[in-house]
Amino acid sequence: MAPSIVNSAPVRQTARVSSVRITQLVQVFEADRPPVLDRIDLDVAPGEFVCLLGASGCGKSTLLSLIAGLGTPTSGGIEVTVGRPALMFQEAALLPWLTAAGNVELALKARGVSLRDRGAEAERLLSLVNLAGQGRKRVHELSGGMRQRVALARALAQDSRLLLMDEPFAALDAITRDALHEELIRLWSEQQLSVVFVTHNVREAVRLGQRVLLMSSRPGRIVREWQVELSQPRAIESPGVSALATEITQHLRAEISRHAR
Amino acid sequence: MPDDVPTTAPATVATMTDDRRAFEAGLDALEAPTPPPRPGPGRVFVRSVLPPLVAVAVFLALWQLAYSTGFKPSYALPSPLDVLRTFGETVRDGRAWEAISISVSRGALGFAASVVVGTGLGLAMWQSRWLRAALGPFVSGLQSLPSVAWVPAAIIWFGLSDAAIYAVVLLGAVPSVANGLLAGFDQVPPLLDKVGRVLGLTVLGRIWYVLLPAALPGYLAGLKQGWAFSWRSLMAAELIAYSPALGIGLGQQLNIGRELNAMDLVIASIALILVVGVAIELLVFAPVERRVLRARGLTVAGRR
Repeated sequence: MAPSIVNSAPVRQTARVSSVRITQLVQVFEADRPPVLDRIDLDVAPGEFVCLLGASGCGKSTLLSLIAGLGTPTSGGIEVTVGRPALMFQEAALLPWLTAAGNVELALKARGVSLRDRGAEAERLLSLVNLAGQGRKRVHELSGGMRQRVALARALAQDSRLLLMDEPFAALDAITRDALHEELIRLWSEQQLSVVFVTHNVREAVRLGQRVLLMSSRPGRIVREWQVELSQPRAIESPGVSALATEITQHLRAEISRHAR
Repeated sequence: MPDDVPTTAPATVATMTDDRRAFEAGLDALEAPTPPPRPGPGRVFVRSVLPPLVAVAVFLALWQLAYSTGFKPSYALPSPLDVLRTFGETVRDGRAWEAISISVSRGALGFAASVVVGTGLGLAMWQSRWLRAALGPFVSGLQSLPSVAWVPAAIIWFGLSDAAIYAVVLLGAVPSVANGLLAGFDQVPPLLDKVGRVLGLTVLGRIWYVLLPAALPGYLAGLKQGWAFSWRSLMAAELIAYSPALGIGLGQQLNIGRELNAMDLVIASIALILVVGVAIELLVFAPVERRVLRARGLTVAGRR
């Protein structure tokens, strides 16, 4: 694996025990078709930010669902050592009959936070995503970016050390996405989260991740891996990000071209 | 762009600069949808209240015109004023109130029973795919069967009794309630259930906090239709099942009008049946539905 642009920042990972350890994971949905996920090995260290990159159909969302415990793999092991992971989707998936705070409070309730503490805790989490004082708003009164931040606050409310994100910013406009990238990196470093971030946007992967994994489609395999040794915060338009994104894009294109026939 | 790697700073918002905060707050202000201003009372009156009033006035004028031209003999087509006079008499001697209270209490009880049975049936059909495949077509089919068709059967089974009337009401309203509940469940986006699972809610927790509230709009629509069907079925049953033991509800009063050939009483009864049915929909169901839909940012179709 050719590690590219070196910018002197050490990769932040110290502990021995992985947050997630995936070994030889296989997922088959239809017996006569290639497996959706084929012999996936993946270790995510505590506090590590990993981006999974791939074209449609590479099984990256399936992999996240499996880590989140929403399904069982055909074979292989998934070991999550940090308790129940939080998962964010491309849609905010907020409950529309609840207020912003109500959505966060439901997660607190599911975690067993007492009714008395829920209000203040929800407000604290909303202020973490820069939505202080907006808790009483209904979902339909929020912009797409605000909804996704409420979803982020709800994920944080789970108090999990592992945050799984399934193309969470894909439906947002570029300016909002940029703001949320910054927000996410700030929270990641403050809260010492491990993040597994699925995207098909190469620049986004390089902008955010410490490690970028490229997946092939049908069968879904991890075919290549890059350490991103650029310091955070990094701008998505910075030369370092561009250069590495260009390199990764070539490999992604080559992967996709294999399917042409 | 600072060069240092972010250290694991304490979890505070202090690390967010004022610039960033202002930028994000600006984005939020620009992008958050602005609700359209609520129309003032004057506008509401002109837009929503006035048109039906004008329609009623035109209708009454045409009716009066038809009466004045003698297009039908006056026993067959009384004037609006005659009908109003008859209605006034039934109000004064208490017949109208008695009929309303008998019919409305029957309707309410029958509807309540339909809600219980229909909800149970809907839940069972939602739980069991087999049951739904087996009963689904019949439940849907029953919705298009006019419930008056059940009246003769109900009278043969239960005699001229309240039981016969309630049987007809239930057969009329239960399918709507059950189908409404199923439609509500079907509309729940699967993603929301996933959210419940990710949050770690138990099965019961997911049903109570996610599934039921998500299905509420469809269920409410079913209840509203169920009420309309209850009321209709009740009138059909009262019209046919006539016996001193049953008292005189609105349907029976209508039937008395027919037997006496008193068209003014017939029209007054029809108008009263219409007004009571609509009033209950407007006073009970419309506000609940409006609240539920507005909280979710959905607009109420045909706002009143």
